Amino acid sequence: MSVVVYIESQNGIIKKAGLEVASYGRAIANATKTALIAVTFNTEDTSILNSHGADKVYNINTAEDSFFNVDRYCASIVGIAEQENAKVVVVSASADGRYLGPILAVKAQAAYFSNVVALPGSYEPFTVKRSCFTNKAFNESLSEQGRVVVSLSSNAFGIVEQETAAEQLTGDYIESNSSLKVTSIDKVTNKITIADADIVVSGGRGLKGPENWHLIEDLAEVLGAATACSKPVSDLGWRPHSEHVGQTGKPVASNLYIAIGVSGAIQHLAGINSSKVKVVINSDPEAPFFKAADYGIVGDAFEVVPQLIEKLKAIQ
Amino acid sequence: MNILVCISNVPDTTSKINFKDENKSFDTNGIQFIINPNDEFGLTRAIWLQQKSGAKVTVVTVGDASCEPILRKCLAMGADQAIRIDAIPEDGFFVASQLASLCAKEKYDLIITGRESIDYNGAMVGGMLASILSIPYVANCIQLDIDGTSASLQREIDGGIESLSAIFPLVLGAQKGLVEESDLIIPNMRGIMQARQKPLTVETPSYVEGQTTIQNFEKPQVKGPVKLVDAADIDTLIELLQNEAKVL
Repeated sequence: MSVVVYIESQNGIIKKAGLEVASYGRAIANATKTALIAVTFNTEDTSILNSHGADKVYNINTAEDSFFNVDRYCASIVGIAEQENAKVVVVSASADGRYLGPILAVKAQAAYFSNVVALPGSYEPFTVKRSCFTNKAFNESLSEQGRVVVSLSSNAFGIVEQETAAEQLTGDYIESNSSLKVTSIDKVTNKITIADADIVVSGGRGLKGPENWHLIEDLAEVLGAATACSKPVSDLGWRPHSEHVGQTGKPVASNLYIAIGVSGAIQHLAGINSSKVKVVINSDPEAPFFKAADYGIVGDAFEVVPQLIEKLKAIQ
Repeated sequence: MNILVCISNVPDTTSKINFKDENKSFDTNGIQFIINPNDEFGLTRAIWLQQKSGAKVTVVTVGDASCEPILRKCLAMGADQAIRIDAIPEDGFFVASQLASLCAKEKYDLIITGRESIDYNGAMVGGMLASILSIPYVANCIQLDIDGTSASLQREIDGGIESLSAIFPLVLGAQKGLVEESDLIIPNMRGIMQARQKPLTVETPSYVEGQTTIQNFEKPQVKGPVKLVDAADIDTLIELLQNEAKVL
C-alpha cells in the first residue's frame, strides 16, 4: 500500500504546489503507516523531496514531448499507482492538476475529490472536507471505493518538512493513442500567476479606467504579488479574463488579498473567501467588501495607493 | 455535426447558501435556479455552430422534473432538442456515467460541459466523461476552431494559454472566453414560443452507483468586524499587516 503524489515542476524546478502536495501526502502516509511515492516529470533536481517526506521518487523523462500531455501523464501516473498499490493519489489544484484529476480517477478506478481543504477525517471509509458553492460552504464527503484521487486546494495545508532518504528511480513515460496534442504554449514568464502568488492585488471599477492600472501593477511589483481584477473590469475589457476573480473567474487562496476600488459583489467575495487576510481600499464606506475584509481604509485609491507603494518601498 | 451540451441546474450566483436537515442537505427554499454559467458559455458557442454550419444542438441534464424550466430556457436560446435523464445526480461520477450511456447510444461529435458547476464545484464531469468514453478532453476551454474532422482549441493554464488539437469526437470544458459575457443569448418571445414545440424527452437512467456521498455541509466561520485604518495613516496598516496578520 502507498500514497502516490504527482509533483509538478516548471522548467525543471519543483513548484510550491508540488511541495504542498508532498507534505499532504506525507501526513496521510504517516497516519496510515504507508510509504509516500512521488511522481514527477522532467525535474532537474529532486533532492528537495527528501526533506518533504518522499520514500521513493520516480522522475520521468518525457524526452522530446516538452509540454504537459494529460493523457500520457495520466497513463504514466496510473502505471506507478498500480505498481505501488496506491490507496490515495494526490494532485494539486493547479490548472494541470485539476485537468488531470478526474481523468486519472476514471483510469485508476478511483473515487475523486476536488477542492480538498484538510486531511482526511477517516481512512476506512475515506472521508474528507472540501469546499463547495464557490467557497460559500464546505462539505464532508465519503467514499467506500478502494482507491481515491484527491485534488488539494492551494494554500490549504501548507508545506511541512520531514527528512527521508528517498530512493531515486526513473519511471516509464507511457504512450497514449489519444488524438489530443499540445501544439504550443504562450506563457507570461516574468509575471507571478494568481495560482502561485502569496499576495494578490486586485482592482475594480473604482479605478475608473485601464489607464490607471499602473497603481495596481506598481503595488503588485513592490509586494511581489500577482494582479487580479473584478468581473466588470474584465467584461469591460480593461483587463484580460485570466485576471477575473470570482465565481465564474478564478478562485484566489493567497495569504494576503488587497482589493482596490472593488465593491465586493457576493460572487467576487465567494471567489476570494479562501484567502487568509483581506484588505480593502474603497472610497465608499458602504461597499459590501468592508464586511468581508480584515483591514480596511475608507479613502480615495488615487491618494492612498501611491502612499502605500512609497512606504512599502521605504521598508524594503 | 451533432453537438451535445451538458447542462447543470444551479443556484443563481447571488444566492445566499443555507442548509437544512441538520446540515445534511442544501436548502432550496427561496433559491432561483439558473443554467450553470460555464454551461451557458458552452451552449452559446454550440448555437453559433448551429447558426453557422447547421450543427444540431441537443441539451441534456441529469435531474428530476424541477430541472425542466432551465432545459426550456436552453431550447428558447436555440437548442434543437432537450433530454432529461430522470435521476437524482448522486455525484460527478454518476452524472458522467449517465452521460456516457447516452453518448454510447447516440453519436455526438462534440460534447460540451461547463468547466465546473458553481454549486458542487467538482470540475470533474467533463474529464470523467471523456475518460469513460476514451476520447480527448480539453479543460478550461477558451477557444474552439473547427476544421473538418478536427479541432484546434485553447486551454487557459496558470499564467498563460495552451494551444491543442484533437480529432472528433471530443469533450470540452467551457468557460468565459469561449464566448464573452455580452455574447450570451437572451431568449426572445419567438424563441420562447418555439421552445414549447421542441422535443423534451425524459429518459430512464442506466444503473450506475455513485462513488462518493456527502455526509454534511458547513458554512465558513463568521469573521470578526473589519479593522478600519485612517486613510492618512498608512504606517498603521503596514504595521498591522506585518505584526498582527504577519503577511508582509
